[in-house]
Amino acid sequence: MRQELNEALGRIVGPRWVRHRPAELATYAADGLPTHESVPGTVVLPGSKTEVAAVLRLLSLLKLPFVPRGAGTGLSGGALADPDAVLVTLTRMNRILELDPRRRRAVVEPGVINARLSEASARHGLHYVPDPSSQSACTIGGNVAENAGGPHCLKYGVTTNHVTALEVIRPDGGSLRLGSAQGEPWGPDLVGLFVGSEGMFGVAVEITVRLEPIPRMIRTVFADFLALRDASEAVSAIIASGVVPAALEMMDRSCVQAVEASIYATGARTDAAAVLLLELDGAPEAVEADGVVVDALLRRHGAREVKSAESPGDRARLWQGRKKAFGALGRIAPDLAVQDAVVPRSVLPEILDRIAVIRDRLSLKISNVFHAGDGNLHPCISFDRRDADQARRVRQASREIMEACLAVGGSVTGEHGVGSDKMEYMPLAFSAPALDVMCEVRRAFDPESRANPGKVFPAHTCREWRMGGAR
Amino acid sequence: MTDAVFQRLARLLGPEGVERDPRGLPRAVPESDDALALICQAAQDEGWHFRLEGHGSWLPPDAPADLALSTRGLSRLVSVSSADLVATVQAGMTLEELRAELERHKLWLAIDPPGRPDRTIGSVVATGTSGPLRHGFGPVRDHVLGSTVATGDGRLVEAGGRVVKNVAGYDLTKLHVGGFGGFGVITELNLRLRARPAADLTLVTSGGRHALSTAGRQLVEAQIGAVSLELLTPAWAALPEWALAVRLTGTEAGVAAEADRVTAETGLEWERFAPERAAAFWSLVARAPLGAAVAIRLGSLLDGMDDTIDLVVEILGESMLSAGAGSGAIRWAGEAEIDALRELRRRAAAREIPLTLERGPWELRRAVGHFGAYREGVGQLVDRLRGTFDPKGVITVALEGSD
Repeated sequence: MRQELNEALGRIVGPRWVRHRPAELATYAADGLPTHESVPGTVVLPGSKTEVAAVLRLLSLLKLPFVPRGAGTGLSGGALADPDAVLVTLTRMNRILELDPRRRRAVVEPGVINARLSEASARHGLHYVPDPSSQSACTIGGNVAENAGGPHCLKYGVTTNHVTALEVIRPDGGSLRLGSAQGEPWGPDLVGLFVGSEGMFGVAVEITVRLEPIPRMIRTVFADFLALRDASEAVSAIIASGVVPAALEMMDRSCVQAVEASIYATGARTDAAAVLLLELDGAPEAVEADGVVVDALLRRHGAREVKSAESPGDRARLWQGRKKAFGALGRIAPDLAVQDAVVPRSVLPEILDRIAVIRDRLSLKISNVFHAGDGNLHPCISFDRRDADQARRVRQASREIMEACLAVGGSVTGEHGVGSDKMEYMPLAFSAPALDVMCEVRRAFDPESRANPGKVFPAHTCREWRMGGAR
Repeated sequence: MTDAVFQRLARLLGPEGVERDPRGLPRAVPESDDALALICQAAQDEGWHFRLEGHGSWLPPDAPADLALSTRGLSRLVSVSSADLVATVQAGMTLEELRAELERHKLWLAIDPPGRPDRTIGSVVATGTSGPLRHGFGPVRDHVLGSTVATGDGRLVEAGGRVVKNVAGYDLTKLHVGGFGGFGVITELNLRLRARPAADLTLVTSGGRHALSTAGRQLVEAQIGAVSLELLTPAWAALPEWALAVRLTGTEAGVAAEADRVTAETGLEWERFAPERAAAFWSLVARAPLGAAVAIRLGSLLDGMDDTIDLVVEILGESMLSAGAGSGAIRWAGEAEIDALRELRRRAAAREIPLTLERGPWELRRAVGHFGAYREGVGQLVDRLRGTFDPKGVITVALEGSD
């Protein structure tokens, strides 16, 4: 049966683009989250939207589940497939189909790597704004599925604010064109609904995105603090001042120490309790004026050192320290669980204290690197998964952190998605009717629930499952 | 029937929770979202159809129904946080009340939708009607962090949250913003706020349409940090010629420098409005379309904006038209026939431009629909989604037309 399937898929995409040997499949057993693994039954790599449609039609006829996947850099276990499912990997579909500087729009295939789009736009003075830390590897299709964010989303919004139109292959193999190039919804805002649906509504095969002008001036400011609370309060003061930085990032001591011990070192002093990395952009006069306000606020809130990048090289180095923080943290233990949660900005100091208490009680190493401007935390837990007790404590800490964030009105995920990892928290975050409606909305796109099954909602939370109607 | 409905509503809400609208239709005015959900459930059980309204200042109260369901009893500001720049507000609160409350906290909801100041925030969100500030702060959907809606079968469903970044679960809020009530009745909203800017300056120039449209493009190319950049017909701006209005916000120094650049980049003469005059101007811009029976919006790419304006003017006449010279969003208001709107929608669709009917009498809405010219497969998907939120179709809304 599996062999027949593989042959049929091979007839669509070519036999070399169907992977089924155990060694090949092992590559796809995990994404960027080390705590979840599942080996898919078959991996298929279509090379065009016609092939995606043909693959999904075949799987529809055979009633087989499938999981769309980009580069596999996701951090929620969202792109993992069970052995009975087919993993549809979209990395071959990596063409920029259109790049129109006059209209400031690009149309891309889902496998285009995020940073490549900005590179291709740069000669027109444009860039694609959402910049997840994994941007040198992650795909725009994956960004659409997860509604990915990134440091510069503070001022410019996340993926959903930059995608204007989509062509989607439905789980039954049919095609849907949603939205308009300008961004005005075509009917109800189905593009907005699709972005962030974690591969459960179908496969986006053509993605129209906005390109934005590269700002006329960028000022990158670095500040360090001897108390974490001072840094958090500086963040709140800056936001309340009316200045909207393009980015406002924070790293705690443990994270700074890991970065400074790595090849991504920025020269930050490792005795600092926290560092802020902040960027102002726009018209030179506005940047200058905002810079005066920000410098004063940073100093008033106890910054020990405030400095600005003197050159593009300086700026790149400061950002490298931030963007490669996960990589630097990866060096200090065999495994790293990068968590993702959001709290109202004003409770950042309290939640960081709370995480410290959880860390100490469970004897774990937790480093914090986060998008402070929008309250999006990434507590990173360093551990060794071979140590069963340690792995249990990591799960316990993750749960306690999520519960703490929800208790103050936050969210269990700001940009990584629910995937497999956060499913258990969904009933804590949403009421039963809200979960029911989400399940029903999913079935409007995918009546058989074959697209990325078993993600986002624990099956028992769906009304139709409780009533015995589901698969 | 209306008496029976009235009496049943009175039993559910108490005598003070039901009244008669000017046409004699029973109007339910629940004062909590639970009570509102109860009315939805009763409608489903009894087979009633209801039309939705806030204060009745945007869509005319003319949809055929057994009762009107108004959100005007849900008029509280539930909470506001200056530190987090978030407010939770009930859907029936009016814009002017909300703005006054926020002003007390030196906060700002950066939307300027068309309509009267007593329009409810629920109406603005349900119709997705943004104004000139969309250039700097995005359309209405960018301001809504979360929502609670009552479904047609009386379930209260929350979506999104109170934080700016949130990807937990599907983004159902997107369906409610601009969904015209087709996906449930919005009862509460979490809104993203801004700090009141220190400086807020409006500059206006007037002249021929093509000169101003060119100036608008120059300002976009020059990356002027404007929050509004709006091109208006003489009728809309109440001026002898077309107008281009630029609004700048930020620090005093930043705004002053950008204002100088506006002049330098365009070589035009700009009048700088004093704060009172600026407020009066933008208020006029918001109220102008109320003088007409019909309002539509189209989303055109910037390089096609002039052609799209030509198309609208050719079919509907110039009348009142307002266009985001940086966003490509076009709003037209005037008197229009069913056939003309259908033709415009068809011809716009051929250029890949959607047309949304924002406002008009019921006969027109029913015939043309708020939405239309869907691409293949979209209509069935929308139907299935509507079935999820309103299984018995109790909410009277003409999402799609009858052609």
